[in-house]
Amino acid sequence: MRRFTWFNAISLTFGFAFLYIPMVILVIYSFNASKLVTVWAGFSTKWYGELLSNQAFIDAAWVTLKVAVISSTVATILGTMAAFVLVRSGRFFGRTLFSGMIYAPLVMPEVITGLSLLLLFIAIGLDRGVFTIVLAHATFSMCFVSVVVSSRMASFDRSLEEAAYDLGCTGFDAFKSVTLPIIAPAVISGWLLAFTLSLDDLVIASFTAGPSATTLPIKIFSSVRLGVSPEINALSTIIIALVTMGVVAASLASKRAIVRQHREEQLADK
Amino acid sequence: MVNDTAFAPWDDPQAKPLIRFDGVTKTFGNFTAIDDIDLTIYPKEFFALLGPSGCGKTTLMRMLAGFEETTKGTITIDGQNMAGVPANKRAVNMMFQSYALFPHLSVADNLAFGLKRSDMPKSEIQGRVDEMLRLVQLQKFAKRKPHQLSGGQKQRVALARALAKAPKLLLLDEPLGALDKKLRQETQFELMDIQEKTGTTFVIVTHDQEEAMTVASRIAVMDNGKIIQVDTPDRIYEVPNSVYVADFIGDVNTIEGTVSAISGENAELTWGDDTPALRATTSADLTVGNSAAFVIRPEKVAISTTEPDRHNRVQGAVEDIAYLGNLSTYFVRLPNGTLIKAQTANDRRLSQRSITWEDPVWLSWSDTAGIVLRG
Ligand SMILES: Nc1ncnc2c1ncn2[C@@H]1O[C@H](COP(=O)(O)OP(=O)(O)OP(=O)(O)O)[C@@H](O)[C@H]1O
Ligand SMILES: [Mg+2]
Repeated sequence: MRRFTWFNAISLTFGFAFLYIPMVILVIYSFNASKLVTVWAGFSTKWYGELLSNQAFIDAAWVTLKVAVISSTVATILGTMAAFVLVRSGRFFGRTLFSGMIYAPLVMPEVITGLSLLLLFIAIGLDRGVFTIVLAHATFSMCFVSVVVSSRMASFDRSLEEAAYDLGCTGFDAFKSVTLPIIAPAVISGWLLAFTLSLDDLVIASFTAGPSATTLPIKIFSSVRLGVSPEINALSTIIIALVTMGVVAASLASKRAIVRQHREEQLADK
Repeated sequence: MVNDTAFAPWDDPQAKPLIRFDGVTKTFGNFTAIDDIDLTIYPKEFFALLGPSGCGKTTLMRMLAGFEETTKGTITIDGQNMAGVPANKRAVNMMFQSYALFPHLSVADNLAFGLKRSDMPKSEIQGRVDEMLRLVQLQKFAKRKPHQLSGGQKQRVALARALAKAPKLLLLDEPLGALDKKLRQETQFELMDIQEKTGTTFVIVTHDQEEAMTVASRIAVMDNGKIIQVDTPDRIYEVPNSVYVADFIGDVNTIEGTVSAISGENAELTWGDDTPALRATTSADLTVGNSAAFVIRPEKVAISTTEPDRHNRVQGAVEDIAYLGNLSTYFVRLPNGTLIKAQTANDRRLSQRSITWEDPVWLSWSDTAGIVLRG
């Protein structure tokens, strides 16, 4: 066991305070009865009620969720395919160029990505809405998925696939029954990464969103510009609660998986 | 052991080979990994590929399995030209050096993997899996995942998986590399047993020449993408066709000299200035005056303190003695500087050994013990 020291205790306190005090303040003020954000006027949940009756926010939340689910799924499929081809195809003419081009959007300023997508959509006459946001998010988060998956692919033992062919698999069957189950953790974390990127994104979404569809970050940002309202605090608190629940659920699930595996191992020994 | 008086299809001109390499070459870029190989392997053979690292053994196997295309020449398996036939369409299974067990599947599912993709009816798969588990004595481990197995158990799963589809040809790439000596010997016998029971043709790559000697019906010795000699283990050992093979398989003494007389199988080789000519047998195409090499195995060299009554004898002094338990190897320095190894069985206790360091000794061998090879 490590010993308790005052130095450790103080660094811990400061570190966590730095991270969480802003959020704690936000949560506290979301229960403020006063409309003035900086003046405490007693406990109330009325802003939550108002939030729930604010159709614009609910629509935006719904759009955000839809966009995140669809775009991260598309990005995961495309990104995994790209990673597979780049890691597997060996050397071919222009391979370095291709892999460089896959990663370029990672370092590209978002404003440029957003602007160029906007210009493209205007050029081909696509009406801006949910569909264009999905396309834009899939485009940029695909690179992240591809990076995550290709680092797993690079350490993947090639002879496993060869063994699958040797035992009678076709190319697709080998991918489906051997490669995919083994790289699944990387694919899943790629999906989660793409999902959170899409939830968070403000810049690219504001270029590609149209009047028919607004995402939650755009909505929050535009209402904050008119002044911070307690409603926003309430919304943010709900988001924090959801994220916390998600993280806790994920860690519980992985703990359960470990326990189950343990039990299987013990059963197998009998 | 495969009895080579009963089983010798390579001597039978009527026998139909299972595998045929005709002028097969494989290049990677401008590097030639396999260089114009001709080879035939017969059904039910246990064929061993032996050679130094990087000589092309794995490449040869991978061409048989269908993972590499030939650059030139043709490979025929069971009368069918294999050009363009993908790995999943070949009646060939390979046991990988790394085992390549599927980590996400249990032992039983690993074994069933190939069967599910064959035309075996679903109802029979479980039976076949059980049969394979019994064969490699892993019934108790059917539900385990590969990472819960020991190295030797993994290796047996890999073997069972490759055997499950009852392939015509089984390729084993250094299958026993990870095992300790005792387990290795047990598994060698297990392999031979399985081969006899199933009648499958085995091609095995190994670094261990003792292993090749034990299991193989024939051995191919390779060097730099070429096959130097293909023969039965005893002939590879007793009648190597080159100094390279003699040197590669087992221990050998080599003496360079000039052919001074030759009549049929018998040859005489002069060497050094004041040493008598050596008598030996030869099957090489040599004439008087050719430079040649005389090779003899250490265990065929007798060592004594008194002058023996044999034509081939030389005198020297013991420089070193290597005690190997059951055997001792004496390193004897001749007056002209040549070092000769003589090996004897330790049928007496060490303390009663009559020869020791610095002793003057006689080395001798019969006229047929050594052979003369092209130098
Ligand atoms: N894909 C490849 N690209 C380029 N060179 C290769 C490739 N595969 C093998 N080689 C080369 O071909 C030669 C033969 O390789 P191979 O793997 O057949 O050797 P090996 O006899 O199996 O050696 P070891 O006993 O070490 O396993 C080596 O020099 C190797 O570097
Ligand atoms: Mg090899």
